[in-house]
Amino acid sequence: MMKGRTISPGKVKGVALVSKEPIGFYGGINIKTGIVIEKGHPLEGKCVKDKILVFPCGKGSTVGSYVIYGLQKNGAAPKGIINKETETIVATGVILAAIPCVDKIDIDQIKDGDTVVLNADNATVEVAK
Amino acid sequence: MYLTKEEEHILQGEQGEVVERMFRLIVQLGDIYGADKMIPVGSVQVAGVSYKSIADPGTEFLEDLAAKGAKVKVLTFLNPAGMDLENWEKLKFPKDFAANQLRIMKAFKSMGIVITATCTPYLAGNLPRFREHIAWSESSAISFSNSVIGARTNREGGPSALAAAICGKTPNYGFHLWENRQPTIKIKVEADLTFDADFGALGYYVGKQIKNKIPYFVGIKNADTDQLKALGAAMAASGAVALYHVEGLTPEADLVKKDSLETIAITKKEVDEAYAKLNTGKEPDIVILGCPHASLREISSVAEKLKGKHLKKPVWVCTSRMMKEAADRMGYTDIIEKAGGQIVADTCMVVSPIEDMGYKTTGVNSGKAANYLPGFCKQNVCFASMDKLLEAAL
Repeated sequence: MMKGRTISPGKVKGVALVSKEPIGFYGGINIKTGIVIEKGHPLEGKCVKDKILVFPCGKGSTVGSYVIYGLQKNGAAPKGIINKETETIVATGVILAAIPCVDKIDIDQIKDGDTVVLNADNATVEVAK
Repeated sequence: MYLTKEEEHILQGEQGEVVERMFRLIVQLGDIYGADKMIPVGSVQVAGVSYKSIADPGTEFLEDLAAKGAKVKVLTFLNPAGMDLENWEKLKFPKDFAANQLRIMKAFKSMGIVITATCTPYLAGNLPRFREHIAWSESSAISFSNSVIGARTNREGGPSALAAAICGKTPNYGFHLWENRQPTIKIKVEADLTFDADFGALGYYVGKQIKNKIPYFVGIKNADTDQLKALGAAMAASGAVALYHVEGLTPEADLVKKDSLETIAITKKEVDEAYAKLNTGKEPDIVILGCPHASLREISSVAEKLKGKHLKKPVWVCTSRMMKEAADRMGYTDIIEKAGGQIVADTCMVVSPIEDMGYKTTGVNSGKAANYLPGFCKQNVCFASMDKLLEAAL
């Protein structure tokens, strides 16, 4: 069990999609499908929908918050987000979209495909064995 | 975070659902980032204006706020829209795109936001003072207000800036605090900066190197506000630089602590390297100037260059509506249009759908535009000074 900081509350269980690289939502993820479109990104071609999306931090345009909100409205959002450090653009997006999110987590402990329980109410992350 | 009685009442819904929802957002952000309290803001600039950027969900979000009676409490300006709001038909912007863009503008206007649509609010009637707390959200405008004016803003997301406008407040953390405005790296410029594009090239190189650090520049002998605007915009695009200091030129440079900083030297070699990296195209189909939006001084130099000439290729000069009014009055617009160019107001090449308008290679003098155009607009880029780009278009 890892303990972090609550960015946006809620409790979800799902399969982890892990990126070692930062994610820029504006221009980086298709708002309708949730597919990563940034050229050369480690997750290029993968879909964030219904996943527990794990990445170190956000990057890029300040419009990214609207993309996160849009993904949720389009039913293409991740179930939850786990970061090393959540910056304001991602924080604003997950709060508006009510997507559970926790940061200050050692994300190296989470492997792609792991089943993860994210309890953002208590700021805890548990990898199911 | 400490909240006043009045602020607690807002969270209990005393000022209505919209203010409660927006205030809750900035209180949450303040709690996350360790703010001690809320502070009043002097002005706001809201990003997330182009339909290309925010699409249907963003549009519906804004329309919902407007329908519920949201109103801003302080002077609030907008980032560029996806098209010229008056001449979009003449400039051949797609009709369905225009219809959606106009819905967005209507929603903003009903909230009492000034329909300005510019990344240079400080040239268009929204000028903060030294040390004033503001909540701005376009990256180059944030950089200019923090660095050149010495006002104080964090890097706001579109919705958090809108929340600051509706509540008239922002959480007190980050760049609002003096201790967080100290430089973290020294940049020693040993290259001569001669042309407009040299400042963009320098900014592009430095931003890539230092990411979100706060640079303290030495060796820049002189720079006008247009050149500083180009430098800051490029650093904010290739990195996430929201504040910089320049010895002898910017207002906080003499006040900050700058001892024993790690130092990077920039010579002609690094500037040339930036030019090479940014040039991904050969022949531009179109030349677009004004990123960030052109000042009147920049528009007048374009007019001087094009007087009595005929362009072989389209040339756009992007600017705010206010600068265009002055250019109209001075006859600059007429000169540029007679040569075959256009002054395009309210929008810019990065947020407009130029890839859908048949253009594949764009000529720019901006390090910021050169950084974004390949990804956002699928363009090849010719990056050069304004003089060179215009000579090649004649």
